[in-house]
Amino acid sequence: MLNPKQVEPNMYRYDEFDARFVSERVEQFAGQVERRLSGELTEDQFKPLRLMNGLYLQLHAYMLRIAVPYGTLSSRQMRRLAHIARTYDKDFGHFTTRTNLQLNWIKLVDVPAILRELAEVEMHCIQTSGNCVRNVTADQFAGATDEEIEDPRPLAEIIRQWSSLHPEFVFLARKFKIAVGATEKDRAALQYHDMAVQIVKNAEGRIGYKVMAGGGMGRTPYIAHVMREFVEREDILAYLEAVLRVYNQDSRRDNIHKQRIKILINTIGPEEMRGRVAREFEEIKRTGTLQLPQEELDRITAYFALPRFETGLSDDMPEAGKDFADWARTNVHKHRAPGYAIATITLKTPGQVPGDATSAQMDTIADLMDEFSVGEVRVTHEQNLVLPHVRKKDLPAIFAKLKELDFASPNAGLITDIIACPGLDYCDLANARSIPIAQSIAKKFENLARQQDIGELKIKISGCINACGHHHAGHIGILGVDKKGVEFYQLQLGGSGAEDASIGDIMGPGFTEHEIAGAVERVVDVYLKTRKDGERFLDTYRRLGMAPFKDAAYEKVAA
Amino acid sequence: MLTANRLRDGDVLYRKGDGWVPLLADGEVYADQASADAALAAANAELANNTFVAPYLFEVREACGKIVPVKEREIIRAAGPTVHPHTGKQAGQINA
Repeated sequence: MLNPKQVEPNMYRYDEFDARFVSERVEQFAGQVERRLSGELTEDQFKPLRLMNGLYLQLHAYMLRIAVPYGTLSSRQMRRLAHIARTYDKDFGHFTTRTNLQLNWIKLVDVPAILRELAEVEMHCIQTSGNCVRNVTADQFAGATDEEIEDPRPLAEIIRQWSSLHPEFVFLARKFKIAVGATEKDRAALQYHDMAVQIVKNAEGRIGYKVMAGGGMGRTPYIAHVMREFVEREDILAYLEAVLRVYNQDSRRDNIHKQRIKILINTIGPEEMRGRVAREFEEIKRTGTLQLPQEELDRITAYFALPRFETGLSDDMPEAGKDFADWARTNVHKHRAPGYAIATITLKTPGQVPGDATSAQMDTIADLMDEFSVGEVRVTHEQNLVLPHVRKKDLPAIFAKLKELDFASPNAGLITDIIACPGLDYCDLANARSIPIAQSIAKKFENLARQQDIGELKIKISGCINACGHHHAGHIGILGVDKKGVEFYQLQLGGSGAEDASIGDIMGPGFTEHEIAGAVERVVDVYLKTRKDGERFLDTYRRLGMAPFKDAAYEKVAA
Repeated sequence: MLTANRLRDGDVLYRKGDGWVPLLADGEVYADQASADAALAAANAELANNTFVAPYLFEVREACGKIVPVKEREIIRAAGPTVHPHTGKQAGQINA
């Protein structure tokens, strides 16, 4: 299945230890599946084992969640995902808000074969479920943007290695999500994570890490607290271990709704948490067992060496018609190298299922990766894909190919670029559908001129309080609820997952499936009528508060 | 009615008599709580056979001469995702 045009990007490659570890884990789970099918293991015994390997039982079938570490995929891996979706599933996959890929129609008997196929391309499903450190996420523009202090992926990879099957942290009170960023602009929703690391420079110009903890969505949303403004490079694993150890030792385990680190920190207070972590950190440092040697950091960093960029390229945006210009305006971002750009592929053409891609689309994107982006793509927490290193002169050709795929919508960051969890269409935990609501809102705002006039507006939809669709962080958030077996949708306004992070305010009683898109439209109309020059929706909301938006949203329902 | 998932492939099943069928329309409707509870107890006793998992009861009603679940969740589970009509039982697909 080797593609002759396949380009190997600069990304972490398994060493002998990694390959053996993943391979042994696959065979271990294959044995467990066999024992389950033979009855040697009961479902109660098997369930935690399958969850540790990313296998859920959902509404219609088993769902397999495949980890995409810090959202980075090679074309070889993308082709393999397409092949697996085509061979073992229903010819499509779903990119999630955790930058993973989910397959919704998996058969238990096929899972060992799928895991072997994944292992061949250095992928796995380990720790994509369960009460452990989950897939580490990062800024999707890592290594490509000129805004960053340094590429956050080497640190993300080091954290991945440190937290994979860490003997102390495989049975935490609850799941634990870590994100890494390296810019002031936050594209990775750092402050909504259990723990986040921002690469920073201190007053002396030394690079180190700002560590935050206690953010989260779900039933009780919190913005993370800064645990320490500056941690030295060699101490970062010791500090992260200190935070996790305090959480592991001190968190409640008697109430599932109070087991995340956000509850611990907001119960004892951030100051007390900082103190406990500081004492643990000093103890770890005193024993000197968890230093991150510069040579190890250098070794990992070398895997992520920047591609050799061509010089002498024109830095002008090519002229290729209005459609291309519209797409370039929203979906193309500044690259660190002159003549290059970062291109976002939104999997959100109005009417599409946010985050879904067919096997054929994945294969074609893999071809685009090889031809135009050094064989690499990034998965974003907004359920889009990013070609990180493309020559500006190639953008029209990329756009033309994306048009054929129906992935050329010029809507990155606009109102139709909606995050939606799988919701009740697939998820066993959901109370209401999310995807059809995203589709109906996107269709209502399909007109491009109108989208451009509205400007940046992030709608995020969750089908239950677990908030996989990040509704708390939406400029407009929508939460699906079940009222006596009928779906209703609550609006929240004013949330943000960016550097100006905030938790959305709940508007009031929910709307029906048929009312919600209209209510969103009336809310947006208030913004358009009341905004001041340069204000985004979020800015206008923060200036005016809920009242005018609420009056408008309920006006029609009451009439 | 009583539903579960087949162990090997996860397919949704509905109880009929002492066995299981893949379509809700072919499943058995229990006239009262006692008979539903008895069916669930029988299914729970069969879990050790390792052919199905996670049995549970759900409510149905009659509408236009057809049996339909009361909750949206079970309507979607019986048919397939509303956003992908080419998948699931609504498309004649059984996961086996």
